[in-house]
Amino acid sequence: MSSLTIFHRELKSYFAQPTAYAIIVIFLILSLGFTFTFGNFMSVGDASLEYSFFFWHPWLYMLIAPAVGMKLWADEQRNGTIELLGTFPVSTWSVIVGKFLAAATVTLVALILTFPIVITVNYLGSPDNGAIISGYIGSFLVCCTFLAITMLVSACTRDQVVCLIVSVTICSIMVLCGYDDFTRELAKATSSSTVEAIIAFGVWDHFSSLNRGLFRLQDFVWFASFIGLCLLGTSTILSAKRA
Amino acid sequence: MIEVAKLSKHFGSKVAVDNLSFTVAKGEVLGFLGPNGAGKSTTMRMVTGFIPPTSGDAKICGSSITENPAAAKTKIGYLPESAPLYNDMTVVGFLKFCAAIRGLVGVEKNEAVEKAIETCFLTTVAHQSIDTLSKGYRHRTCLAQALLHDPEVLILDEPTDGLDPNQKFEIRQLIKRLGETKAILFSTHILEEVEAACTRAVIVDRGKIVADGTPAELIAKAPNGSLTELFRKVTTTDTAA
Repeated sequence: MSSLTIFHRELKSYFAQPTAYAIIVIFLILSLGFTFTFGNFMSVGDASLEYSFFFWHPWLYMLIAPAVGMKLWADEQRNGTIELLGTFPVSTWSVIVGKFLAAATVTLVALILTFPIVITVNYLGSPDNGAIISGYIGSFLVCCTFLAITMLVSACTRDQVVCLIVSVTICSIMVLCGYDDFTRELAKATSSSTVEAIIAFGVWDHFSSLNRGLFRLQDFVWFASFIGLCLLGTSTILSAKRA
Repeated sequence: MIEVAKLSKHFGSKVAVDNLSFTVAKGEVLGFLGPNGAGKSTTMRMVTGFIPPTSGDAKICGSSITENPAAAKTKIGYLPESAPLYNDMTVVGFLKFCAAIRGLVGVEKNEAVEKAIETCFLTTVAHQSIDTLSKGYRHRTCLAQALLHDPEVLILDEPTDGLDPNQKFEIRQLIKRLGETKAILFSTHILEEVEAACTRAVIVDRGKIVADGTPAELIAKAPNGSLTELFRKVTTTDTAA
């Protein structure tokens, strides 16, 4: 119940300011722009969205998700409103969940608004729509993972710029780890077990399988535990800061 | 109503609040005096459950703030020192949010918001965005938030800070009026406020209580009958410490 109240407030705050609109518009321009330019959507002639469209999402999220989430706790700490939240009869956990869901909803709206590309690909050919849906699910999970990281960083600082830079860096590392070109270079320099460990930290391994329409339990467990750990960390940091 | 027992707070090696005990009964307005850095805000933050005490406990209407914070917090209305607000909301929007988070719904919520707006003289700015408000209005909006759920205990950290003389007068009258049915703890360093609004006052210095009594008793203790002299006598100055 109190999570819902927090969720409403946060969501209103995103849409009362230009934040949400700017983020949604920029995401749409870049994701669809990349699809038709670097993604060669038209010339490849393949009725799927795997490489032309979804491929770009982790690269966009590593910038977009920190921009959405950076204010979540940094702002509360700067304005002192955290003192109000801390003295309301609600648990820190329900505030964390409410805030996280609000940020996730903003990016979900952006993601849903890319639907014309699904119509286009269905008009031009006969794609595997199951794979497209699972691609969307994977894409959203990557975004939620990055939002959770941003939230954790946001709890550590009252400065939004610091939060943005640190979270973008962490998210970029997660995108680079497991990206083919990067791992190939890495394999030349280190042992295969190190490379495997680094790939496991990256998002591609888990995102690509969903992107291909493959539902593997291990991917969902990976995403859920990563998000869960970040939110748990947020709660720990917030209570440690008060003590 | 408020029972503070042996409350202490250490920040590293610095002792901010040192074994503080006091009680505030229903119908009592306790003025919390002391120089800057004496531990007033820290004490209030512990009593409201925002920061955990190093040792000791505070009970709000019988509920311990450390063992049963959820129950204790529902009974408290709190105005933090800087009167923090969400700048992207309107006054009504903010108060509705605070009411909702306190579990008020529907008609009950709207009535509580209307009443708080009236009590704190916010009618003219009710639909204005908070970031356009002057300091006096911001302070009163935050005070309204503390009154929404008609709490039994009010904890106000410098409620008249930054207000003009008219507003100060209004707020003192309000505190006095509310104090008839509630237990109020409020901090200030304006000494005439104590005589104007409090039924009892304590002076804290470096985390300890150094004087306690009704305003009349305190004045009687003072060397030449003024609270200022007593305050200067019992507290340490920045330069001396």
